[in-house]
This record gives sequence, C-alpha cells and structure tokens, in this order.
Amino acid sequence: MQVSQSQINEDAIDLMINMGPQHPSTHGVFRLVIWVDGEKIQKVEPHIGYLHRGSEKICESESYNQIITLFDRLDYVGNLNNELAFSLAVEKLMDLEIPERAQYIRVILCELNRIASHMLFYGVYGLDAGATTPMLYAFRERERIQELFESVTGARLMHNYIRIGGIKEDVEKDFKEKVHKLIDHLKESIDECDDLLSNNEMFLVRTKDIGIITADEAIDLGLSGPSLRASGVLEDIRVTDSYSIYDRFDFGIPIGSKGDCWDRYFVRVQEMRESIKIIEQALADLPEGEIITPIKGMVRPPKGEVFVRTESPRGDLGVFVVSDGSDKPYRVKVRPPSFVNLQALELMLRDTYLADAVLVLGSIDIIMGEVDR
Amino acid sequence: MISKLKNIGFLRGLVVTLKTTFRSSVTAEYPKLDKRIQVADRFMGFPALLWDGNIVEPYCTGCMVCVRNCPTQCMSAEMKDNPKYEEGISGRRKIINEFEINLGRCILCGICVDVCNFDAIEMSHEHELSKYQRNGNRANLDTLLEMGKEYQSKVNWTPKQPEKNSGKPKEKVIKPKTTGDSVTPLTLDKSLNSDSTEKDSAE
Repeated sequence: MQVSQSQINEDAIDLMINMGPQHPSTHGVFRLVIWVDGEKIQKVEPHIGYLHRGSEKICESESYNQIITLFDRLDYVGNLNNELAFSLAVEKLMDLEIPERAQYIRVILCELNRIASHMLFYGVYGLDAGATTPMLYAFRERERIQELFESVTGARLMHNYIRIGGIKEDVEKDFKEKVHKLIDHLKESIDECDDLLSNNEMFLVRTKDIGIITADEAIDLGLSGPSLRASGVLEDIRVTDSYSIYDRFDFGIPIGSKGDCWDRYFVRVQEMRESIKIIEQALADLPEGEIITPIKGMVRPPKGEVFVRTESPRGDLGVFVVSDGSDKPYRVKVRPPSFVNLQALELMLRDTYLADAVLVLGSIDIIMGEVDR
Repeated sequence: MISKLKNIGFLRGLVVTLKTTFRSSVTAEYPKLDKRIQVADRFMGFPALLWDGNIVEPYCTGCMVCVRNCPTQCMSAEMKDNPKYEEGISGRRKIINEFEINLGRCILCGICVDVCNFDAIEMSHEHELSKYQRNGNRANLDTLLEMGKEYQSKVNWTPKQPEKNSGKPKEKVIKPKTTGDSVTPLTLDKSLNSDSTEKDSAE
C-alpha cells in the first residue's frame, strides 16, 4: 500500500490538479495541489494560510479576558473546549482554585460541545461520501445542542462563557432537566445516525481500507485525538494526562484497529456515546456552590510561563502562555490539533485514487480556523 | 465482510429515513414573526443602553469602561454634566451625551456588560443586521436607548445593583465638598450627593 518517496517514478507524474481554495469539500479555505498518475495520487502538497488572522499576535495586545473571545474563533465548532484550554493555562499560572460547580458545568458543556463537533463531522463526512441525508440529520441534532448552549451561555457559537477562575454566570434552574432531556434524545439520535450510515455498503466501500495510517506512522507524525486512536493507539489526554476533573469519571476510549477512513469515522461516532456517559456522571454529581473565584481588578498572572494540553474534539490542543506580570500576555502559542493532523495527509493520500482525496481529507476533520489561526 | 452484509446496511438506512417520513417538520420559517424560533432569555444580541424610567434619563454616565474593554473597539462615548443633577432630580453627576456602537463590528462577546458598574448596558435580543441605509449599523444613542427600552419591557428588566444605581439623589449629607468642581453646590438643602459611585462616573 505505502510507497516510499524513492519509489515514485518522477516521469510517471503527468498531471497536476489544484483542489481548492474554493473547493466545497476542503472544509474551509484550504488548497491541495495533487500530482496524479492516471487516477492514482502520487504526491500532494497542502497550502494553508488563507484564513490566517494572526490570532496569536493579537493576543499580545489584548487583556486576558478579551483573549477568550479570540480562542472561541480558533476551532469554531469546538469553542468551549478552546476557551477551557486557555482558561486552564492562565489558572495554572495564577495557581487559582476553581469552584467545584464551575468545574462540573465546564465539563458538561465541553462534552456537549464535543458531541456537537463530532455531529458536524458525521454530517459533513456523509456529504463527502455522497450521502446528503446524514448531513440533515446531524445538523438537526447539533441544533438541539446549540439551543441548550444558547439558553446557558447566551450564544450559539461564540460563547465567551468560560472565565479565568470559573464561568460567567450560573446555569438556569432547569438546567439538569434540560440536559437529561437532551442526552436522552441524543442517545437515540446517535443510534439513528449510526444505523443510517455506518454499515451502509456504499459507505463501507468508499471508506474501508482507504487512507490507511499505521500506529507507528501516526505517532511519528504527531497525530492526536480520534485520528490517532483510529490507528489503535490508546491515547486520550482526558485519561493519560488528566486535566480539570476528568479523572473522576468512568468512560471508555474507543480505538480503531486499522487506521483507515472508516476507523477514523467510527471512533468519533463511538466517542459521542462515551461523552454522554461523562455528562450523565457529571450531572449526577453536580454540586451547589460558587461558580467563579473572584479576581480583584484585571487578571494579572505572575511572571512565568505555562503549557497546558487538553483534549479538544480534534485532538491534543496545547496552549503556551508567557506572562511578564502585566495584564497582557507576553506570548501566546497554540498547538492546534488540526494543523498537526494535516501533515499526515500526504502519507494517507499517497497511492490512493483521486476520488478518495476528499474522503481522506474529511476523515481527519480539519478546521481551517485552527490550522491557520 | 462486505459481501456478507450485502444490502443489510443499506436497508437499515432506508428504515431510518422511512421513520422520519411520518413525523412533523423540525425546521421553522425564519422571516415570519409568528413562525420563527424565539431566542432564549439569555440570548446575547447587540448591546443596548438602558433607560431609567424613574428619573427619565439613561443609566449610562459615559464612564468609558466598556469602550476601553471592548475587544474590537466598536464603541465610542462622550459624557456631559447632567443638568438634572443640578436641578436635584437625579443622582448622576455626569450623563451620556453621545454614544455610538458599530453593530457590524460588534462580536457579541458581552464583555461591556460584565465591566459596566452602572447597569447601563445589556445585551439585547436584537440580532438582525440588515439595514436600509449604508451606515445603518452605526447605532447612535437614540437607537441604542430605543433598543434598550424594547429589551427592558420584553424581559421586565431590573437593575442588578438597585440601591447603587437607583439614580435618586442622596438624601443624607455625607461631607461638604471642598474640591473645585464644575457642579455648583445646591444652596437649598446643602446636600452634595458625593458618594463613591458618582466619583467613578466623573473620572
């Protein structure tokens, strides 16, 4: 299956195809230059930077509370996970104690966000494979989650809800019932989505044994998140390097066996089910009490630097903050999972058919806002 | 494996789609006012300035804290001396004169609401950007107060800090003012209305 670089016959490359940046299946503005030999892909070259907004640089001129709004806009389908990563970094630097209630609400909302993100992946991946129905089903379910977000945080996408030291405001009184109702509904709909697509013959033919990446290669390339677990590597930062209060919950880590497109798809479907388990446990233990540790005046972390890694829906999201003691950070660096996962694309695409390029690209679930920052 | 499953997964998918044929629609017709989905109570639309119906003036004193904290610099504000304060009707020494929010630039983060000390600004439920004028999204003071009044009546808004921001002139004499100020002391009852809140607003 895999061909090493030396084996590629340069003379055989006869056509260069430009996919993107306005291609509808590139999930944003992403350009992929593909060299094909007949229908077989010989070499690909990803071009990124079309969505570069200079977020990391802007962070240096914003106060810590304003930066949370920028983190919302990195991975724009997993916003709360991004907010959490930055807040955790600053809290670690300031050595803040987070109230229990805030921790639980953060976890519940982040896991719901993970389901929403995977739902989006599910729908769009169906669309990539040529099935339009899954997209409509997935967006319907995602809409329910966003409705809950709207009633809790006030916004459907850009929440700005997680604050340094806690959360913005307490959840409504009927939050528990609302979430219970939602997850009961989600359980059914995940099964429904699973029935609809996972074992469909046409989908299996399109995704099985396509874009294979072995565990060793995946580790070498620094893959993370569901894309890494699909290759059979048991690595989930929620478990292996636990942050927040994830060590209190009992949940499984779905892993794949082969590392093909179907595994990467199915790991995400299974992960939604595991997220529901976390939400159920967190709801059962949800304590009463404070929601934020008040900070007097501006957020001014002491001089120093900190690195925090979290498991975002796409993988290992790292945030590095350097503080010079003022109310603005000296440097903020994000280690975006999508950006790192994208570099495996060349290996995955080599020697596959051109028609599968969209499926392989879709299976690593990139978000260009995070790749370009 | 695929040959064994021949047509089963396909049929399972068909059963799922067949089930949904008999249920009611989940979508809403957007522009129709009676059919669109209502926003949640906490929904954060564009910021609006709130109206103090008791004193008949805005809550906003133009202290600029929201302008300074806005991540996109979409606001500008200007304060003036409050004539109602001199008349003894209001407790607000300074009052907003000019306020503009570029709604096209606002990112609806709600930071202005968090930092406001006077309960003067709130995220309204207004969220539609389409306007007939080219610069229709530059909301001025009147527009913002109009949005605020609509929001206040819709959600029965009450101030978060009612005692502090009631806007009523203080009855008790705290301390005679000695420092020079643009406001001339009242000669009738000698009350000088100098509490910490009003000091903030003057800064």
